[in-house]
Amino acid sequence: MTAAIVMQATDIVKDLGFGAGKVRALKGVSVSLNAGELTLLMGPSGSGKTTLLSILGCILAPTEGRVVVGGESIEGLGPEQLAAVRRRHIGFIFQSYNLFPTLNAMENVRLALDVRGMKSPETLVRAEQALRDVGLGHRLRSYPRNMSGGEQQRVAVARALAGAPSVILADEPTAALDSENGQSVMALLQELAKDKTRAVLAVTHDSRTIPYADRIIRIEDGKIVGEERPAQARENISQINTKRKRKANV
Amino acid sequence: MILTLAMRNLFHDRIRLIVTLVGILFSIVLVAVQLGLYLGAKRMIVDMIDNAQGELWITTYGAKSFEEGGMILTPRERHAALATPGVKAVIPLVVTFAEWRKPGGGSTNSVLVGTNPEDGGLAPWGIIEGDAKSISAPDAVLVDKSYLQDLGINGVGDTAQIEQGRVRVSGLTDGIRSFTMAPYIFTTANRARTLMGIPGENSSFFLVQLQPDANVETVRAELKSKLNGTEVLSKAEFRERSLDQWLFSTGAGVALIGGAILGLIVGVVIVAQTLYSSTKDHLNEFATLRALGSTSGYIIKVILAQAALSAVLGYVLGMAISMVVVAFSGQTALPILMTPGLALFLFAITLGMCAISAVSAIVKVTKIDPAMVFGR
Repeated sequence: MTAAIVMQATDIVKDLGFGAGKVRALKGVSVSLNAGELTLLMGPSGSGKTTLLSILGCILAPTEGRVVVGGESIEGLGPEQLAAVRRRHIGFIFQSYNLFPTLNAMENVRLALDVRGMKSPETLVRAEQALRDVGLGHRLRSYPRNMSGGEQQRVAVARALAGAPSVILADEPTAALDSENGQSVMALLQELAKDKTRAVLAVTHDSRTIPYADRIIRIEDGKIVGEERPAQARENISQINTKRKRKANV
Repeated sequence: MILTLAMRNLFHDRIRLIVTLVGILFSIVLVAVQLGLYLGAKRMIVDMIDNAQGELWITTYGAKSFEEGGMILTPRERHAALATPGVKAVIPLVVTFAEWRKPGGGSTNSVLVGTNPEDGGLAPWGIIEGDAKSISAPDAVLVDKSYLQDLGINGVGDTAQIEQGRVRVSGLTDGIRSFTMAPYIFTTANRARTLMGIPGENSSFFLVQLQPDANVETVRAELKSKLNGTEVLSKAEFRERSLDQWLFSTGAGVALIGGAILGLIVGVVIVAQTLYSSTKDHLNEFATLRALGSTSGYIIKVILAQAALSAVLGYVLGMAISMVVVAFSGQTALPILMTPGLALFLFAITLGMCAISAVSAIVKVTKIDPAMVFGR
């Protein structure tokens, strides 16, 4: 069965800067994100990962090309309309968590729901549920300064999750974490991606994240240079090995 | 959540909050004192006119204020006015600056108010010792207790001199202040004329009381046509003229209003600076909010809520200090007046001031690029 495409970017071109300083950051990139998948976007620094993430996140408008998220095209939308698309369809996880230091975990998650226009009683229920879902039921009233990096990133995941977006975009979600916390956050993202209504895309250049991915897209110099499915590759390798063993036995 | 976030942002940096509140507080106290002085001055200027029982004032042509009415109205004009249909009474008032010679030596300027208590025109009010009719006694005058020291006397029974005549204090009032700083001295019209050497029965003003069924404008027109070289003013017109003379022609009112505006400007600058730096410090958080999909309006509301919270806190503190200043000024020659209207006005301008202060911060956040949240 083919997974549903929840986000589709086609022939994306993005120019940054003006005049002599103008740089073409993306050169005709096409990407689709499927529901129920954790996709990794990998590439070296300056390859265009963050620019592509900004466009997929409806923060930047492409110079050329078309982005459709949740069935809505963002073509020609102004900043406020793009913000509305983000509210409806997208949840973000940032490299440095970007939690509000003056708000506790519950309040941080509730804020993301308040922005979406949800009323207070509902935000309370949903925020608490989201925090419990990421294993922070015991840290509801804790402030970011009293939490570990891993816990803060989990709050950020809960914040992205609470609005029930169709796409979760994570920018280097493990970059600020130690190995153990990084793996724990990736396992959490992998778990979230199992939801058949949601796609998860993580921009990373941390190779330890590869085992968690359903799909890896490689970008270099503003172009997609490769796409692979590690599980399928592993399965293929496993099948080849099995066949070899049988042959040897025969 | 908007209010929660605004409050947390505000209280997050205590030093900055204190600077903001001091700015607002300073501004409120300055504006309250200046406008309170303005109101106090206004009341002092028009108190005599407001307490006079009469619908119309006959003054010499171009009389600038209650204190500067001249002394050239004659009994002829009074009789002409009395003969006008609709007029019930025409009460003479003698008002003039006079030299008060202190019993212990030295002198001070005063305003002599000659009024006959039995006329029911302008009787002293707020009497705390003696009574209004006591000025009919020989040499009697009534003074306000707040000027006892200025007049070099201690109270009822003390004697002094006005120009060349002897006077004795027969009673005290409380709350009759003079904007010119020259205390009002109440006595009878005739004694005032005698003390000042005014010929015949000349007066400064005629206070006109009308019959109950008389039309004010009709009587006024009739009086105007009869009395050449005079003006017939309504109470409101005479108030305005006095206010214009003392508050604006002298520049006193302009200085007070100017001081209030200066206070506002200082407040706006301080609050704007602290709000702007607070917004700058929280820029990444505002960019995160924007990335999460918040509208510009949502972020602007957060900043405005911060400004409003600062305004409310600053107003409460500023008013508390202002009320102490007002209480202390009550016993001085220049009392500061705080009315419910002024308190409400101060609250409104505090909110306005903080809203204006928020503009630079709002401009800053509306230019936020939410993409700045990536790669940090």
